[in-house]
Amino acid sequence: MGEAKVMSHSFGSLDRREAVKALLADRKDLLVVTGLGSPSYDVFAAGEHDGNFYLWGAMGGAAMVGLGLALAQPKRPVVVVTGDGEQMMGLGSLLTVAVRKPRNFTVAVLDNGHFGETGMQLSHSGLGVRLSVIAQGAGFPSVTEIVDLDGIADYRPRLHSLSDGPRFARIKIAPGNPERVLPPRDGVFVKSRFRKNLGYSVS
Amino acid sequence: MSSSTRAASPPDWPLDIFNTLKEYGVAQISYVPDAGHSRLINLAHDDEAIKTTVLTTEEEGIALCAGAWIGGDRSVLLMQSSGVGNCVNMLSLMSSCRMPLLTLVTMRGEWAEFNPWQIPMGSAASGAFELMGVTVLRIQSPDESAEVVSAGASLAFDGDRQVAVLLSQRMLGKKKWVKPR
Repeated sequence: MGEAKVMSHSFGSLDRREAVKALLADRKDLLVVTGLGSPSYDVFAAGEHDGNFYLWGAMGGAAMVGLGLALAQPKRPVVVVTGDGEQMMGLGSLLTVAVRKPRNFTVAVLDNGHFGETGMQLSHSGLGVRLSVIAQGAGFPSVTEIVDLDGIADYRPRLHSLSDGPRFARIKIAPGNPERVLPPRDGVFVKSRFRKNLGYSVS
Repeated sequence: MSSSTRAASPPDWPLDIFNTLKEYGVAQISYVPDAGHSRLINLAHDDEAIKTTVLTTEEEGIALCAGAWIGGDRSVLLMQSSGVGNCVNMLSLMSSCRMPLLTLVTMRGEWAEFNPWQIPMGSAASGAFELMGVTVLRIQSPDESAEVVSAGASLAFDGDRQVAVLLSQRMLGKKKWVKPR
């Protein structure tokens, strides 16, 4: 049966919390935008930081929030950490990022092939869609597949580059939801804290 | 700002709007193209101080404005009325975070419309914005362009408010579908 074939699509083995913690280790002046659901929890669990902007909604918008930020702050490295479902809801944003070419920008997709927040239904990625190929087709000059912690360690310095973006990284993680740890969900607070951290006055 | 635009050809109102956006320190402009915005889009691309981004769909621009704002940039989104519905859920980002939004919307489906497919979303554009808490302003004639955009920019960037400025189809003029015989 055709369905059995796609169901055999292999999933990752990397622990998402360890992966994100390793990715953001020694983060220096890195600015981080998170896609809703588990990526927001993962980034918060890796260490609360005034340079984090957590989304709790706006599904499909994370990469574009990151793009607007990267264009506004060309001297700071910016990374979006999001999930495969979130990124695929805003698939067009990969095209928009690729043609806009922000050199200081990375989209890092934690890909577990499932919609983790809503009952672990198989996502399009789990059913066979290859996001890296889409990113490549969109024209990202840098596309990387990461499957283990060594891969994260190798990739981490590139996050801080201001010259060779935009970069796309697909981080293949294990399906499954670790216990939730919840970042602040008061958007006004997170916005004002983020802007203050960059030196902008709070209105 | 001078506004002797009514008889001018080509119309000066896109320039009036552009100059107003510059006065307000707008640093980013994003758009899904529309014929009515074409001159403003060209002005944006020609200005090296403005970071201009073409979008695949309008809600991308809402999220872009949010990212620009947290990074210290003022940003404006250009779209046609047919794109308003695409933005509905993404507008929750701006209201949840009380972030400024200024979007300029060229209207279709409300005045001498040739394409019936433009009418449903054109008729609902204002209501869709208002349903999501966005303040709707309107430009009816070219000579009020600068004033209305200025009021909208102030409300957005000083008042942390989401604002849509609708540009009336009557002012934009009839789209020419076929060459006159």
